[in-house]
Amino acid sequence: MAVPPGVSERDFDRALREFENAVGEQWVFASDEDVDLYRDAYSIYKGDPEDRTAAAAVAPYTVEEVQAVVRTANRYRIPIYPISTGKNLGYGGSAPNLSGSVVLDLKRMNRILEISERNASVLVEPGVSYFDLYRYIQERGLKLWVDVPDPGWGSLIGNAVDHGGGYTQPQFRNHFDAHCGMEIVLPDGDLLRTGMGALPGSESWQQYKFGAGPWIDGLFSQSNYGVVTKMGFWLMPEPDAYLTGTVHVPKHDDLIPLVDILNFLENTGVVNGMPRLGSMVGGGRLQSEPELQALLARGASTAELEEYAAVAGRGYWSCTVKFYGPEKAIAANWEYAREKFSAIPGATFVDGESYRFPLTAEQIEDITRGQADGTGDSALPDFGVPSLVTFSAGARSETNPNPSSGHVWFSPIIPRSGEAIIEANRVFAEAAGELGLPVAAAGFSLPATYWNRSFMYLYGFPISEDPEANRRTREVFERLVRIAAEHGWGEYRTAPAFQDTVADTYSFNDHALRRFNERLKDAIDPNGIVAAGRYGIWPRHMRGA
Amino acid sequence: MIVSRTLLLSGALALILAGWTSAASAQDAVEQRGKEVFDYWCDACHGDGPGRPGTAALEALYNGEKPALIEDRDDLLPELTRAFVRDGISVMPFFRKTEISDADLDALAAYLAP
Ligand SMILES: Cc1cc2nc3c(=O)[nH]c(=O)nc-3n(C[C@H](O)[C@H](O)[C@H](O)COP(=O)(O)OP(=O)(O)OC[C@H]3O[C@@H](n4cnc5c(N)ncnc54)[C@H](O)[C@@H]3O)c2cc1C
Ligand code: HEC
Repeated sequence: MAVPPGVSERDFDRALREFENAVGEQWVFASDEDVDLYRDAYSIYKGDPEDRTAAAAVAPYTVEEVQAVVRTANRYRIPIYPISTGKNLGYGGSAPNLSGSVVLDLKRMNRILEISERNASVLVEPGVSYFDLYRYIQERGLKLWVDVPDPGWGSLIGNAVDHGGGYTQPQFRNHFDAHCGMEIVLPDGDLLRTGMGALPGSESWQQYKFGAGPWIDGLFSQSNYGVVTKMGFWLMPEPDAYLTGTVHVPKHDDLIPLVDILNFLENTGVVNGMPRLGSMVGGGRLQSEPELQALLARGASTAELEEYAAVAGRGYWSCTVKFYGPEKAIAANWEYAREKFSAIPGATFVDGESYRFPLTAEQIEDITRGQADGTGDSALPDFGVPSLVTFSAGARSETNPNPSSGHVWFSPIIPRSGEAIIEANRVFAEAAGELGLPVAAAGFSLPATYWNRSFMYLYGFPISEDPEANRRTREVFERLVRIAAEHGWGEYRTAPAFQDTVADTYSFNDHALRRFNERLKDAIDPNGIVAAGRYGIWPRHMRGA
Repeated sequence: MIVSRTLLLSGALALILAGWTSAASAQDAVEQRGKEVFDYWCDACHGDGPGRPGTAALEALYNGEKPALIEDRDDLLPELTRAFVRDGISVMPFFRKTEISDADLDALAAYLAP
């Protein structure tokens, strides 16, 4: 049995007994076999002695039990690491930043405490998954949508506090933005409610975020200042209808006005679904055409590619836009969007998919198929339907006979402009060449549009069963983080393996941000028991180690 | 005397029968639980229909030699199910005991067993 760093076996043993008294013997896991299940299933340290492991896990069922566990941990200086559903695959799974921590597994706290159709909001505990909430809503026939990330088995709370995102309207798909009100057990066991939750008797905890005074909710995301035990979220009332349409533009340089017009349409709320950028030269379905592949393989010039696009009767770039709302209104919005995009000479348009809600079972099946084989404009998350279809991309298939053991995401934020996309591709292609990565051969890639004010690249680096291959991947990853930062691009989120490196890039004014975070850490959690090292925030006694 | 012996015997038989049927319904209940666990944790990847990565992967792996649906397999011994669920394979992660307890895993393994 492992013991947490700096804790005697005797103290650890006592603490485990106290944990058992608090939560019940069967909910304290200390055998190697059980504790092993808290490794990161997609660890970039897979097979390496440095792979992050827990010393034990404790699974409370109530807020009072969480408080009791935290108090015991404080008494014996035991590092604890809270997780909600622990499905943070690609960004660290359920493993703690600091090996030897006791994972506080909140999966059993899975109550949907309050749901309001009138207010379109919900208050949940950490163990509630997107699947759970979706089923709950369906069973009751409520006209509410949950904005879901690709994998449906994660939790509203775990996903939001790690700054996750989904696919519907901008005010819902940024999951931390869509929350309203939190409850937190602080490192000393005290219980805190934020926003209107701080006002006894308030009925607007899920209606107004700020209360009065500083809005501290952000402190409890990507951090280690407490254990979140409740969170409210705003839900999307089921709209009447949905529509997609695609614009194609002919020239390479058209990307710049294309993005600018898209930004205008999104920032004015005309386009209120998540747009998708496409390109003949990368990331699209057309890339598999032999003629185009030959052109790309011999490094054809921009002019040649433009000519190919013109002859083949398709654009160099495309943008699919999506609309939610009343049928007439969204048809008018698509017409208006076409007018705006028509400022680009040679722009052409294709009408896409349209749905009225609720979806039928057959429609859900069709959308699932279109998502799995990449032929649809829409995917289940566009309709707030949770699934695990996304795992198709990495799983074994005819075209992928040697699947990896998962992946880790490299996901830098870049500016929302066509120039930035072109520049990012140049920089990453150059870096890939230099680092010997196959990314160079993948051609041009387009960013994700989760965040309506920025772009984000998402590259999945495969996890290998070979520790040496994983070591090389870590090196390349860290190098890419640095290269991105040199261009002003920073990771929005990262696995514990890279959190120190990433935190180091946010270095304005001699790391003023980290220094501030450390001062908070020392004040709120002087014994440094909660999630030591999370996003580069270490307790005083572990700094510089 | 004879009568009472018969009574005694039939009483014993009744007891044995009762034991047998309650064992059978206990088995049903276990498999029922196993199916619930399957539906909650496995179906999204191993169910029937498009976009099920587990089913698609096993179709590619076995090429028709074995059913792609693990619910249709006749060779998934309980040890095998337990091993895959606790070790994971490729993109399928292993599951913690707060997700699938040992008792639930036994039920799931019994449900998937031939
Ligand atoms: C194929 C694939 C596709 C993906 N697509 C998406 C996507 O579309 N969008 C997206 O956002 N993510 C995506 N992910 C990443 C990830 O799987 C999800 O974000 C997932 O929801 C996170 O896991 P979770 O919800 O179980 O959170 P958890 O693992 O429970 O939590 C994540 C972290 O947050 C902290 N934390 C959690 N709960 C608490 C708490 N109560 N108190 C204090 N700290 C806490 C901990 O540090 C924890 O490690 C994808 C991953 C894969 C493999
Ligand atoms: C995220 C998707 C996913 C989930 C959820 C999932 N699996 Fe899998 N599973 C897979 C994939 C993909 C494979 C195929 C791996 C390969 O390519 O060899 C697989 C393989 C298996 C195999 C191996 C079969 C063989 O003959 O090789 C078993 C058994 C299995 N899964 C059982 C389960 C059970 C039981 C559950 C539910 C507790 C489950 N899986 C949940 C994706 C998943």
